[in-house]
Amino acid sequence: MTAPLLELRDVCKSFGGIRVNDGVSFVVREGDRIALIGPNGAGKTTLVNVISGGLDVSQGSILLGGHDITDFSIPQRVDAGLIRTFQITRLFTNLTVAENVALAVMQKKGITRKFFSSWIDRPNIRDQWMQILGLLGIAHLAAARVSQLAYGQQRLLDLALGLALEPKVLILDEPAAGVPSDESGRIIEAIDRLPPKIAVMMIEHDMDLVFKFAKRVLVLANGRLIFEGDPSAVTHDSEVRRAYLGTYADGRHTS
Amino acid sequence: MSDRLAMEDRRSSRLPFPAELGALVAMALAGLLGYLVFPDDLAFLTRLIGIVFLVLSLDLVTGYCGIATLGQSAIFGVAAYAVGNACLAGLVDPVALLGVGMVAGAVMGLASGVLVAKFQGLPQLVLSIAVGQLVAAMANKLSSVTGGSDGLAGISPGPVLGIFNFDLYGRTGYVFSLVVLVIVFVILLRFVRSPFGLLCRAIKDDSLRARMIGARVYPRLILMYGISGAVAGIGGALTAINTGVVGLDSVSFERSAETLVMLVIGGAGTLWGALIGSVVFQIFEHYVSAANPFHWMTILGLMLIVVVLFAPRGLVPLAVSVVDRIAPRLGGKS
Ligand SMILES: Nc1ncnc2c1ncn2[C@@H]1O[C@H](COP(=O)(O)OP(=O)(O)O)[C@@H](O)[C@H]1O
Ligand SMILES: [Mg+2]
Repeated sequence: MTAPLLELRDVCKSFGGIRVNDGVSFVVREGDRIALIGPNGAGKTTLVNVISGGLDVSQGSILLGGHDITDFSIPQRVDAGLIRTFQITRLFTNLTVAENVALAVMQKKGITRKFFSSWIDRPNIRDQWMQILGLLGIAHLAAARVSQLAYGQQRLLDLALGLALEPKVLILDEPAAGVPSDESGRIIEAIDRLPPKIAVMMIEHDMDLVFKFAKRVLVLANGRLIFEGDPSAVTHDSEVRRAYLGTYADGRHTS
Repeated sequence: MSDRLAMEDRRSSRLPFPAELGALVAMALAGLLGYLVFPDDLAFLTRLIGIVFLVLSLDLVTGYCGIATLGQSAIFGVAAYAVGNACLAGLVDPVALLGVGMVAGAVMGLASGVLVAKFQGLPQLVLSIAVGQLVAAMANKLSSVTGGSDGLAGISPGPVLGIFNFDLYGRTGYVFSLVVLVIVFVILLRFVRSPFGLLCRAIKDDSLRARMIGARVYPRLILMYGISGAVAGIGGALTAINTGVVGLDSVSFERSAETLVMLVIGGAGTLWGALIGSVVFQIFEHYVSAANPFHWMTILGLMLIVVVLFAPRGLVPLAVSVVDRIAPRLGGKS
């Protein structure tokens, strides 16, 4: 059997002695559709930061395609196909929507080393960013500056940047938070249209969305993975219930 | 929102000629106007053009990349000294001397970039000042190379392209400088719209996000510093070629600070802002200091306050937004 796309081995992350991620291990395989859920403050975003290289691990290792990438820089991980989006959107606010996505497209193609004349409207570049914006239903905003967008539209654009980077593993941190419900269907739709080999891990609170999307659910509570399994089983799991009812949230559990 | 967007789209697509051609013609006309308005003071205009390069170079790192620096004149000055020494050593061809200035500026820019781009915010600013002060101190001490406080004098380049001698009235110097400026400016217009220029603007917006799309931010910033240095170096070279002397003022902290002021007045982050800010500031300074030698600093300070209050993003962005508001009313409602 081939190595899993992404593997976490006993990943720990502490801030000032407090373990925010505590011995997290799991694997992500080609084509996976994983929902990572858990109460607020469980350490989900921290885990994404650790995986993407924004934060160093305190302990443990991260493997991509069987290679240890624990010491890789952020851009090295991106080059390797490990792409994330942000819970609180981070975009290039003084650029237009088209420029944002085109930049990601050009970065992926190695074109950002070109020093002369605009490439955004060259057919092979334009087709790509137009297609991604179309997929997310924001093509009509191509010429808008990010600072002029509604928050929900910014969320979609954050996802568009991720798609433009041709991910192998795409990690979405609450992509639907702040997106009006009639538009959040776009996110699932866009993911459905991704090449099937791409693995997607989504952090999400909206359980309807989770059930629509996920083939597998991971539950993080107080930094620990307390459940991994079928979406249909997650709501019946007693430990998961306790986590959401707050037994874990006060941080005094022993197990 | 959509009004303004439609405007921007139309503005670029309705021009029946490339924007660069428009820039070329506009600058040539402005240059001619300068020649007519200041026929007896071409030396002033020529000095002005040298500083325009410095402000353009600052715009590349500060306006486009968001790097806070008060050490840009160090690059300008080092290039000017390099050109001065090259000329005194016998390399008198003005175009070759421009090349010397460009290379010296690029090297000095890369070196500054390695230090300054490593940091952000206040540490970055302080480091840039430190680099500038270090260069200024060395220029003062290494008098065998720089002439110390007396400056480097007696720089007399040969004819441009072997034909046009530098004349007493400064006509050759002016035309030469203007031509170089137009060429460099048009090239820069294309450069800042390039994928690399776009990446730099993105880094300015959010450098972590830029890394998260795979950009190597630090090396890119160093590279931009090198390019910026080459531009500053051309300015230093022209100043050395045209004035025949290079003094300590060319590496001074005051010069760096004034450069930043000119950029802010015109509008950082647009090349037109750098160009217009530096021209307006210097002409204003020229007139006011002549008209009122005692209070011109006060008047200049007041002007600065007014500009920053009413056009915090600079004169050029202000003008653009005014045109945006007025143009739809004049031009029908298509
Ligand atoms: N940079 C940081 N420094 C200190 N504590 C942090 C930092 N980032 C997150 N935390 C803490 O880690 C915990 C988990 O946060 P987070 O990963 O954002 O949770 P989630 O995304 O599951 O809601 C929270 O208690 C938060 O305060
Ligand atoms: Mg979170």
